[in-house]
Amino acid sequence: MSAQPTEAAATGRPLVVVDGVTLRFGGVVSLDDVSLEQHPGEILSVIGPNGAGKTSLFNCLTGVYTPQQGGITFASTRDGATREHSLVGMKPHDITRLGIARTFQNIRLFNALTAFENVKIGVEAHQRTGPVGAMLRLPRTRREEREGDARTLELLDFVGLRSRANEVSASLPYGGQRRLEIARALGTSPQLLLLDEPAAGTTGAEKIELAELIRRIRTEMGVMVLLIEHDMRLVMSVTDRVVVLNFGRVIAAGSPADVQRDPAVIEAYLGTAGTEGEAR
Amino acid sequence: MTVSEAARPGGPTRTRELLQHRELRRLLGWLGGGVLLAVMTGPQGVIGQPTYAISHALRGGHLVTCLVVGVVMWGLSVGWSHGRESVHAGLAEPRAQLRTAWEQPAVRRGFYLVLLALAIFLPRLTGQFWQGVLVEQIGIYALLALGLNIVVGFAGLLDLGYVAFYAIGAYTTAYFTDTLPVHPPFTINPFLVIPFAVLAAMLAGLILGAPTLRLRGDYLAIVTLGFGEIITILAVNLDSITNGSRGAFGIPSFSIRLPSWLGGWHYEWGLSSLPYYYLLLGFTVTILVLFHLLENSRVGRAWVAIREDEVAAQACGIPPVKYKLMAFAIGASTSGFAGVLYASKISFINPSSFTVSASILILVLVIFGGMGSLFGSVVGAAVVQWFFKYVQKNNGAPIPLIHKKLPIDVQDLYMYVGALLILMMIFRPQGIVPSRRRAREISMAEHGIGGADAMAAPVGSPTP
Repeated sequence: MSAQPTEAAATGRPLVVVDGVTLRFGGVVSLDDVSLEQHPGEILSVIGPNGAGKTSLFNCLTGVYTPQQGGITFASTRDGATREHSLVGMKPHDITRLGIARTFQNIRLFNALTAFENVKIGVEAHQRTGPVGAMLRLPRTRREEREGDARTLELLDFVGLRSRANEVSASLPYGGQRRLEIARALGTSPQLLLLDEPAAGTTGAEKIELAELIRRIRTEMGVMVLLIEHDMRLVMSVTDRVVVLNFGRVIAAGSPADVQRDPAVIEAYLGTAGTEGEAR
Repeated sequence: MTVSEAARPGGPTRTRELLQHRELRRLLGWLGGGVLLAVMTGPQGVIGQPTYAISHALRGGHLVTCLVVGVVMWGLSVGWSHGRESVHAGLAEPRAQLRTAWEQPAVRRGFYLVLLALAIFLPRLTGQFWQGVLVEQIGIYALLALGLNIVVGFAGLLDLGYVAFYAIGAYTTAYFTDTLPVHPPFTINPFLVIPFAVLAAMLAGLILGAPTLRLRGDYLAIVTLGFGEIITILAVNLDSITNGSRGAFGIPSFSIRLPSWLGGWHYEWGLSSLPYYYLLLGFTVTILVLFHLLENSRVGRAWVAIREDEVAAQACGIPPVKYKLMAFAIGASTSGFAGVLYASKISFINPSSFTVSASILILVLVIFGGMGSLFGSVVGAAVVQWFFKYVQKNNGAPIPLIHKKLPIDVQDLYMYVGALLILMMIFRPQGIVPSRRRAREISMAEHGIGGADAMAAPVGSPTP
């Protein structure tokens, strides 16, 4: 299934397994027995009409919500060894440190900080400087500061924001803020990056840049991407496989071309008063 | 507008039209302020005559003077609103020059050195009284404000029981110098009490913080308020341990005695304030530097992240409860440290020094100086505490130059501080020496950008 099968994929070991996840808010079922897998080397998209449960799925993966039923496992590779972790019930910050980073549908940058500081906060996720080290500027603190600065600049370079490093993040244009949020997420050295509608509100030119950026995240950084997106052209151009959610259920999964032809998918999109007209 | 109103020219409609006029509304506001000023600076009330103070304040020359002040202020504010643009334009260049100069480390270092030199030499020129104020009111409260600034300014947690840790530090000192009814296993010099007091306060902070820091905003404020009260009530009622409301007497001063093989040199910080002042200055500068380094480190940035957007901070791998607890513990230990200095300087302590109003006062110092600004805490402590003492000392004495009595009554001091805070919140919410980050946050909130409030709705509350 994967476009670029890696060793792990060859052994058939998925990076993420979502198995029968059900999430309810009172009587409202947000996710209903959702299962999906993402394999190493793969860019996976989750699409679906508004309210289909896409962001809920992200929130379950990142520990913001705890599903009532089902399991989520993540194969985290650290120092060459791969271990499977169950993510259900884990705290969001622990999941981040395990190697899953995310961006938010409604950008959540630290607005009063500069672009540089935003990314550096992400980079510092794995550092160990504590208050005593910070106050006394112990050797480890100084080394971590140096390494953090260098890595931050690299990442700003990667998303094309190096020249604006010292600007306050709120003053960046919309597309720039989106890219900055991606850089901050990449700073936490993830193995899997969850992008929640990264193209929302961006211009056509920015969308093309974004598609390129997503490809580079995989090829240059070796980070897998799980994408929620409404823009079908973007989804079709970068993803290997698509999972379609509707009313909290998986209604189709497969290659972009297959999914586009699936009658259930067409029904789901055209059946909702044409709000998602991009799907053809 | 109804028919009957339209039929009566000069009726309510006319008044309403007049009130639409901006300058007129402003004049009314200032006149109201003048009346308020007259009441505030008027005579004290008399028991049994509830209207005495107000009726005498609004009588004759006093009211007229205050109204004239109101009109003058109105004139100034009108002038300012017309001339503001040109003044800003005129100041733009010197401001920019000042900023570029300030960017240079050498200039900044020089500025701080001059300040330090002033702080070292100026107190020698003042008398005993102000030297005492510098230690007991300004120095110790500057330390307290620095500690609270970590909690309130950096981590954004409202702690209304901060003085409890101060009390813990002071009582620990009393305990280890054997001035309480309970006797310690060993008696030590106040210098050596510092680590014990810091540890005790930190422990208390952790014990209080661990369950409560999971709460948000207002709840935390209420819990800490309760904790502050508990500590004061314990100090009053645990008679056999704390000596109740009489407190502890004869806490020794700091002293240093080198062992004889190092020459047996001995120094004791006695009754005079100046040596204590230098000791405090040393501690304050050290803590300023340490906290400054902390602010610009991984830990400081994590606090900003949590303060601005807890959900995004977690997504960056920052455990919020751990970092809040850290801020709380650091603040508490600073408070405990200040408690040691206070107890050994004053040499007696009792529960009345550790009331809620002291907690509020420290918070006022932080807000006045500028939340999140370390230097601001020190400036806030100096300005507000100096003002308090100045009024107390010169109450009834004529002010030089204008040869009139200060119209401020000592009993009303907190009222003036309240008024000052309200004015600050309107005109300069970032404090007198604002921190850059906080100032940005405030200006963004005013322009409606961000709104990344910790109290805002959680992410992805059912997908839109």
